[in-house]
Amino acid sequence: MTPRRKRLYAIVGILVGVGLATAVALKAFDNNLQYFYDPSEVVAGKAPSDKSIRVGGMVTKGSVERKAGSLEVQFVITDFAQSVKVSYTGLLPDLFREGQGIIAHGRLHDGMFVADEVLAKHDEKYMPPEVAKSLKKPVPPAPEGST
Amino acid sequence: MWRYFAPAAAFLALGALFAFALMRIQNGTLDVREIKSPLIGKPAPVFTLPLVTDPSQSFDSRSMAGKTYVVNVWGTWCPACREEHDSLLQLARVTGVPFIGIDWKDDGQLAQQYLGQLGNPYQQVVADAEGRVAIDWGVYGAPETFLVSPAGIVLAKHAGALTAAVWAEKFAPLVTSGGSR
Amino acid sequence: MIPELGTLALVIALLLSAAQSFFGLVGAHKNKASWMQSVMPAVAGVWVFVSFAFAILTYSFITHDFSIAYVATNSNTELPLMYCIAAVWGAHEGSLLLWILILATWALLVAMFSKSLPLPFRARVLGVLGMIGVGFTSFTLFTSSPFLRLLPAAAEGADLNPILQDPALAIHPPMLYMGYVGTSVAFAFAVAAMLSGRIDPAWSRWTRPWTVAAWMCLTLGIALGSWWAYYELGWGGWWFWDPVENASFMPWLASTALIHSLAVTEKRGLFKNWTLLLAIFAFSLSLLGTFLVRSGVLVSVHSFASDPSRGLFILGLLLFFIVGSLTLYAIRAPSLRTDGGFELVSRESFLLLNNALLVAAAGLILTGTLWPLVMDAFNLGKISVGPPYFNMVFMVPTLPLLALVGIGMHAGWRRAALASKGRRLALIAGGALLVALVITMGFYGSIGLPLTVVGFTGALFVMGSALIDPITRWRNKQGMSRAALGMAVAHFGIGVFVIGISGVASYKIEKDVSMGPGDSAEIAGYRFKFLGTDNVHGPNYEALEARVAVSKGELPLTELTTQKRKFKVQTMPMTHAGIAVAWNRDLFVALGDELGAGKWSMRLQYKPLVRYIWIGAVIVALGGLIATLDRRYRVRVTADEPAPASADEAA
Repeated sequence: MTPRRKRLYAIVGILVGVGLATAVALKAFDNNLQYFYDPSEVVAGKAPSDKSIRVGGMVTKGSVERKAGSLEVQFVITDFAQSVKVSYTGLLPDLFREGQGIIAHGRLHDGMFVADEVLAKHDEKYMPPEVAKSLKKPVPPAPEGST
Repeated sequence: MWRYFAPAAAFLALGALFAFALMRIQNGTLDVREIKSPLIGKPAPVFTLPLVTDPSQSFDSRSMAGKTYVVNVWGTWCPACREEHDSLLQLARVTGVPFIGIDWKDDGQLAQQYLGQLGNPYQQVVADAEGRVAIDWGVYGAPETFLVSPAGIVLAKHAGALTAAVWAEKFAPLVTSGGSR
Repeated sequence: MIPELGTLALVIALLLSAAQSFFGLVGAHKNKASWMQSVMPAVAGVWVFVSFAFAILTYSFITHDFSIAYVATNSNTELPLMYCIAAVWGAHEGSLLLWILILATWALLVAMFSKSLPLPFRARVLGVLGMIGVGFTSFTLFTSSPFLRLLPAAAEGADLNPILQDPALAIHPPMLYMGYVGTSVAFAFAVAAMLSGRIDPAWSRWTRPWTVAAWMCLTLGIALGSWWAYYELGWGGWWFWDPVENASFMPWLASTALIHSLAVTEKRGLFKNWTLLLAIFAFSLSLLGTFLVRSGVLVSVHSFASDPSRGLFILGLLLFFIVGSLTLYAIRAPSLRTDGGFELVSRESFLLLNNALLVAAAGLILTGTLWPLVMDAFNLGKISVGPPYFNMVFMVPTLPLLALVGIGMHAGWRRAALASKGRRLALIAGGALLVALVITMGFYGSIGLPLTVVGFTGALFVMGSALIDPITRWRNKQGMSRAALGMAVAHFGIGVFVIGISGVASYKIEKDVSMGPGDSAEIAGYRFKFLGTDNVHGPNYEALEARVAVSKGELPLTELTTQKRKFKVQTMPMTHAGIAVAWNRDLFVALGDELGAGKWSMRLQYKPLVRYIWIGAVIVALGGLIATLDRRYRVRVTADEPAPASADEAA
């Protein structure tokens, strides 16, 4: 083999490899993009019902219902304009509670969002009052000793 | 050999994307968090709550109609609220915009003591002991601050300590346009 | 008074870093020996003052000085001492201080252990490190000082985020930062080389141990993070393709490529441009990770409080270092074109392919990580890229890599005569396939996922292939260089790691159940019996503990406890899982919520071979450690001396 021909083979080989990898990656990419919708968009019918999507909002106070002893739970999430009912079977995340923002992965089914995963997120610096019982004896604002 | 500049150019493009995104986050047109405050551009929730300073009296937010005003959600339990307290005092004095405080899930006694000792930046400060109004406002944590237009529309929201810089950047431009109307 | 001393120490460190940078770079440029000599004391000074600042912050945490805002928001009087110390780097400000401390430490180590390097080169390397120090120290001082006062002082602190109160997490950030920041050393070597215009085998030999050391720390740091997520946060998941995780994994991929490319540059003087580029990439990706995590442009499960003004500052740093170095590269690269060819089948080719695949994987992961931001920034919708994408773009390049690693280890430089070892390799490959079939079909009773057999075969092949040289040499009573042994060990570790992934990905079983005391559930032949619940008091939390007896058939195995902890101050609930470990599987129980009617939700999991993921990573890191200790890195060599060529050259 001449060096030129060898180089040609190498380049062709690399191109084919790169092409294949790109095709696979693009396909995987396309299949795994999950769009996010808020409850208003879901109610307005903007969310597809056949695809896996994510919906996020705040869990409405007093909306969490479950049959005693059952793993299935239903609750309502809201963006303060519209609400969507969510059903989920399984363990809820530690940070799940009423009034907390959550994100659910799943599909729409007859106006109900059937979730296969529920995530609760927690922002660091700014905290809900429960977190901040911190100051048990709040504010002794006397500036003694601190100069 | 321009091809050697390709990596630098690619990174510059990436940097431009980041700068663009950051600028949009900073001027409030982009919120990467998925659960955002949907209130901006919508009517501010109306509330009537007892005053912290005198629980026998109450304050109705409708009385603010026709004015640009600020709603600040705070609590004595929240360290970041104290961080922002000095700038609140200053901003309330300098800007002349009325600040309405919502004392969230707090002990009224402590709140009075707090304001007595640190100074009171609020024109009115109300107690939301059970946190119902905070839920209406979509509050996740304290402090959160909202700017409301004379027509009662929420113009802007800031989560976290309100500093003079945040005010200048996020709120001040909206105040002038809102106030002139 | 005390925190003000901390600020002062940081200001002094900033000035000294500036001096370090100026005298290093300008001194080398003007060739003034006295200027260059003054760099070393500056490096030592920076280290002393940064350590002092760090010690002050630690002291403030231990003494519960809640007049410091950072201490008040991240600790509490009831927080155990160990976590008081870990809380120092528990949030943004303090972790940046740790970042600077580690940078100063790397610089100090370079200054101490590079006495044999030519003075101008050494000055330049330390000068570049000083510049990075200036950038990050000013970032800390001007946007994120941990020493800001909270006046009046808080009576009690807000406590450390409960998910961070864990031993693994106490050491995870320092380890990870050692790796992250360590990439700056290779970067500094690359920039110094470009400034001086010479890149030769000696340069690669100087750069290699530093790169390998940083890479080793990065490997361990990532593994620790994954392990922590597994038992503390993820309820049994060990990798989530979260932006924060990707931010640490991309520099790892680039560093891995760099290590291999450096081998070629050292042994054959080839791939110089490529090596430089990879050194820049590895550091760039570290910086990029820092930016993504701290600027708030990406949403992540564990991102820091977002602050766009900090984001702009880091973006500035990022662009300065990356675009600056890449421009320097563009100017220098054309003159560094290398001569000297190699055959299609040679170690060079294998390493080139390895690099291409690793960089491709990093690029695809980067794309997936940034895509949501791109879409969001241009109002194209809010999206997230699901884990299957990442799994796919990670597996497609890495599975062929296993085969390449197995063969490439035995390929000679320039032109490989694989025939001598070819038969043995073919035998190992056949054996690997056979064992893989026995494991899958025989032991687990199914071939699992489409790639399960491929994964096991590849892993076993690499492990077998890695053992050839050590075993032959040991039999023949020949010695082996530490570099070559390190390589074999690291590659063996990769195989172990892949065994773990293949096992757990293919055969894990996960089930959420509703159980009351006395109820049982069964997965994978293991029986979980819920015995009952107790109340437990921890130092700063109250917990409800569930006891679960595990048995296999009639044979009782163990009793597990899983807790739902409620932290007193942050009142945030946290699940603490119960895990039963055996050589071939983990059994995992996590307590959920009370469901009413005396029932509780519980997650039961069977995780076959999951331990090998972290064991593999530790072996990989161990290989790195062995290679760093190779004698030839410690031999005093003058700049012009060619690299000593030995028979067992490591790649």
